[in-house]
Amino acid sequence: MAVTAVAGAEARPIPRLRRLEDERWLALALLMPTAILLGLFIAYPFFEGVLLSLTSQRVGVPGEFVGLKNFVKIWNDSIFRTTVWNTFWYTGVTTVFKLALGLWLAMLLNRHFKGKALVRAFILLPFIIPTVLSTFAWKWMFDPTFSVINWALFHLGLITQRINWLGDPDLAMTSIIVVNIWRGVPFFAISLLAGLQTISPELNEAAAIDGARPWNRFWYVTWPLLLPVTMVVMLFSVIQTFADFQLVYVMTGGGPANATHLFATYAYQLGIGTGLLSEGAAISLAMFPFLFIIVVVQLLYIRRVETR
Amino acid sequence: MIEGALWRKWVFYNIPLILFVFVLLFPFYWMIITTFRPDGELYRPWNAVNYQPFWTNNPTLEHIKYLFEETSFARWMFNTMFIALVSTIISLFCGVLAGYALARLNFPWAGSLGTVIFVTYLVPQTLLFIPLAQIIRNFELGDTPWSLILTYPTFLIPFCTWLMMGYFKAIPKELEECARIDGASRWKAMVYIVIPVAVPGILSSGIIAFTLSWNEFIYALVFLSSPDQKTVPVGVTSELIRGDVFFWGPLMAGALLGSIPVAIVYSFFVEHYVSGLTGSVKG
Repeated sequence: MAVTAVAGAEARPIPRLRRLEDERWLALALLMPTAILLGLFIAYPFFEGVLLSLTSQRVGVPGEFVGLKNFVKIWNDSIFRTTVWNTFWYTGVTTVFKLALGLWLAMLLNRHFKGKALVRAFILLPFIIPTVLSTFAWKWMFDPTFSVINWALFHLGLITQRINWLGDPDLAMTSIIVVNIWRGVPFFAISLLAGLQTISPELNEAAAIDGARPWNRFWYVTWPLLLPVTMVVMLFSVIQTFADFQLVYVMTGGGPANATHLFATYAYQLGIGTGLLSEGAAISLAMFPFLFIIVVVQLLYIRRVETR
Repeated sequence: MIEGALWRKWVFYNIPLILFVFVLLFPFYWMIITTFRPDGELYRPWNAVNYQPFWTNNPTLEHIKYLFEETSFARWMFNTMFIALVSTIISLFCGVLAGYALARLNFPWAGSLGTVIFVTYLVPQTLLFIPLAQIIRNFELGDTPWSLILTYPTFLIPFCTWLMMGYFKAIPKELEECARIDGASRWKAMVYIVIPVAVPGILSSGIIAFTLSWNEFIYALVFLSSPDQKTVPVGVTSELIRGDVFFWGPLMAGALLGSIPVAIVYSFFVEHYVSGLTGSVKG
């Protein structure tokens, strides 16, 4: 590696009185606090989590080594299978909508108009306000008896009787997806807006002079230039969504009848709720291979896009 | 842009934008109106006659009063503030130093360590909460603010480091070299020359770290148990829902008041927040 070679060449004898003058010692000192905290609270729990998932430990019962039994058990668990399907569905659908709506909103904001700064500040609010708190507002809006959404739909003449948003498995999942999209669109919009602003308007003007229609200008000029930013935004969003907990916990708690669980909520229910620590840890860890594949694929793709 | 007729501007830009803003802000309006609406009006079925959902003529402070008199809401606010501030300061300290080292110093594995930081940046809290709860218990930190103050940096430090690396890389090397030629040590050049130039970056990462820790939920939910130790999101969730009964008035009042500190910080530093957010995705 190039970095190692450079550092190696510089390794001449240096007076050791001021060790921090040596870049390597200084780097070591500067990285130490970070290394300690991350080692203690990320690397160590990860290791412990793997060990825990291989035992039969519960709350109050130390348990013993059982190999991969927990993983076999969750694999045969129909709720877990629903959970896996839910997580992919939830991540896929919300990402598509967040990207499309976020891009649309970014384009709407990418021009000069009065009050632009104010609008931009306000639309980020769903992203800033603590998720649990804003999700409660949504839960209240989706309330079976007092729903303002039902009221609005009824008065618009779209429904004749109430919709029990969170009581029906499919509707509950859709409601959760709506809230996630609502929360995620501002992040996409603001990040993509920053990406759009780095694209010189002259490129679009040149394409327009050459006779390109608006759609073609978007597809052949704007979109390719926006792709690197889009990919990074997607990477963050996909991981956050895949590992989401708060939203489902507040909206349905995984119900009705365990129909809306994601990995994290099911792990919480088993591990903390019922005290089956090792099984909960196994479910959490089952996220890891998926996350790993997502990260690797996206990073490779980003690298390809950026070097193109 | 090639501007068309006025109606086109409305149909293609203004109306969609108004709809976006309306949908994005409506839940907050709903939170506010519920906070000040008396219970009698709150629990009226959606299809009742003269149900007037969007306004109230009898505003009340009863829900806010309930929050402060019947629950430990003030205590939760204090806890959340304390935890968010201290963990932000710890994370900034670590993140600035680590970001400086990774962006500006030559040492073996600098590149791979940068990648490691980026990967930990992507580790979600939900992956590790069960083993971490055991570790917290073994360290005898359970049910104390320190359980969160020490664990929040696990997602804040990678973020701060990553953002600070971007800011440090943008500062020209010559600036530091000048100071070194004038006789400053590496350490002094860092503390007195480079870090002051990076203050906007520190502010951005600090604000985002603060909002992130205010927003954190699962660690707080798992590590804290006694009502007086809870943070706002956890307290609101566990103390204002009893069994199946939701106390919607106080719940919305708690959600509203619990959002205000974050909203205030955000409103003062919108530009820093946005530049931090967009800086973090530029990488």
